[in-house]
Amino acid sequence: MNSSRWTRRRFLAQTAQASAALFAGSRAFSEDTVQLPFANGGRRLVQFPGKRPLILLTHRPPQLETPFSVFNEGVITPNDAFFVRYHLSGIPLVVDPDAFRLEVKGLVQTPLKLSLAELRRDFENVEVVAVNQCSGNSRGFFQPRVGGGQLANGAMGNARWRGVRLKEVLDKAGVQAGAKQVVANGLDTPPTPQTPDFTKALDLDHARDGEILLAFEMNGEPLPMLNGFPLRLVVPGYYGTYWVKHLSELTVVGETYDGFYMSTAYRVPDTAGHCVEPGTAPKSTIPIQRFTIRSFLTSVTAGAQLPAGRETLLRGIAFDSGAGITEVLVSTDGGQSWRPAQLGKDLGRYSFREWTLAWTPPKPGACELRCRALNRLGETQPLEALWNPAGYLRNVVETTKVTVA
Amino acid sequence: MKTARLFLLPLGLPVFLHAGEVTITLPPETGTYKTAAGVELVQANCLMCHSTEYVSSQPPMPRKFWEATVKKMKEKFGAPTPDAQVAALVDYLAATYGAPEKRSP
Repeated sequence: MNSSRWTRRRFLAQTAQASAALFAGSRAFSEDTVQLPFANGGRRLVQFPGKRPLILLTHRPPQLETPFSVFNEGVITPNDAFFVRYHLSGIPLVVDPDAFRLEVKGLVQTPLKLSLAELRRDFENVEVVAVNQCSGNSRGFFQPRVGGGQLANGAMGNARWRGVRLKEVLDKAGVQAGAKQVVANGLDTPPTPQTPDFTKALDLDHARDGEILLAFEMNGEPLPMLNGFPLRLVVPGYYGTYWVKHLSELTVVGETYDGFYMSTAYRVPDTAGHCVEPGTAPKSTIPIQRFTIRSFLTSVTAGAQLPAGRETLLRGIAFDSGAGITEVLVSTDGGQSWRPAQLGKDLGRYSFREWTLAWTPPKPGACELRCRALNRLGETQPLEALWNPAGYLRNVVETTKVTVA
Repeated sequence: MKTARLFLLPLGLPVFLHAGEVTITLPPETGTYKTAAGVELVQANCLMCHSTEYVSSQPPMPRKFWEATVKKMKEKFGAPTPDAQVAALVDYLAATYGAPEKRSP
């Protein structure tokens, strides 16, 4: 086959497609916006590499939110719809996976420089289905409002991650006595020499619990570039801030790491529920850690009209930080009475868990639908929203207002 | 065999230039800061590290929020903003993107 002719033909075909898309798109362009349900919530839908059009929070560095309708398509979030969150504008645009090395250094017997091929070959390849969620997911709903990334509920996603255990890699390097934490760094770089690099630390016991993966695949494909190609940390049950993308360095240290994103940013009040009186400052803070328990109705959107006397299937998702969802309760009367939903297939305790409930709206009128998850520890979602100054951990029982007609 | 070269137009798909190497091209940045007194200060001090939505997507916040934000950018994130420009920068942000709520044109 003549490859140059082939590529030229392909090029021309794509030029034609692109031109068609441009003309067709001129009308679509002005319509490709969404209004998130809070003040100043207007957003454009923009297509980034490897992604379908997603809700643009920020362009540089890229922060993209998943349109909420995606969560009704299935419990696995497609790679091209998975949210994107960077901190530093120096994001990698070119990666040569053959030249890529993961360095393991610091308080280890044998410093390592591992290629992707060595990682795949020398360690057991394992999979986990796990939710990744931004610490600030849903921040836009905080009242009073707080500064930061103004997200609705789409900075989360659930994927099947494949990689090797962090524990095995650390064991191969041989962690020295006196080690306390493992610091993770990726290929992204700060825009000025004074800007703190994005690095995160895990306690050694956590790092060696066997659950944290160095993942190279997401839903059976190489990681999308914007989700950390070619390697990222997967820290099941923990907020996305720990899931370092483009992971290139692991440094074992003998003290509690004081990097900016551990000691200053990503902190929550050191109180029960990690909340404070709205509008007030906490006396002391600790690094954010595990997810709070959450559930969402995905099959019906706010403002929907549902037919009276006809069965509607209510469907949604629930997740927690890994204790495991045991029950989802649904209210169709604004929280006065609750009925258990049926739970869907269990893909593992770190995954979204589907729930469904058939409901026949009895009579016309306004109606408030709510869902509330419970887990094996007996934890559940608060009926009133909790507040903290950084806008993290939101997990209030969600309410969807609909009209029965 | 020749190296496969996939020509993809700027539709946001990754381009594989030579064996193994993965390259992406980001879509063009289109946000601009609203024209008002002091806009040249945000252009000079803020755009070097991040695009405009970091400012424009914030909820209507009081002046003290913008003061704290400029301070944080300067002290924590290394923005090389001269002390002499801080007040005017905060004036622009509070007047253009702050509370009390102003309707966008």
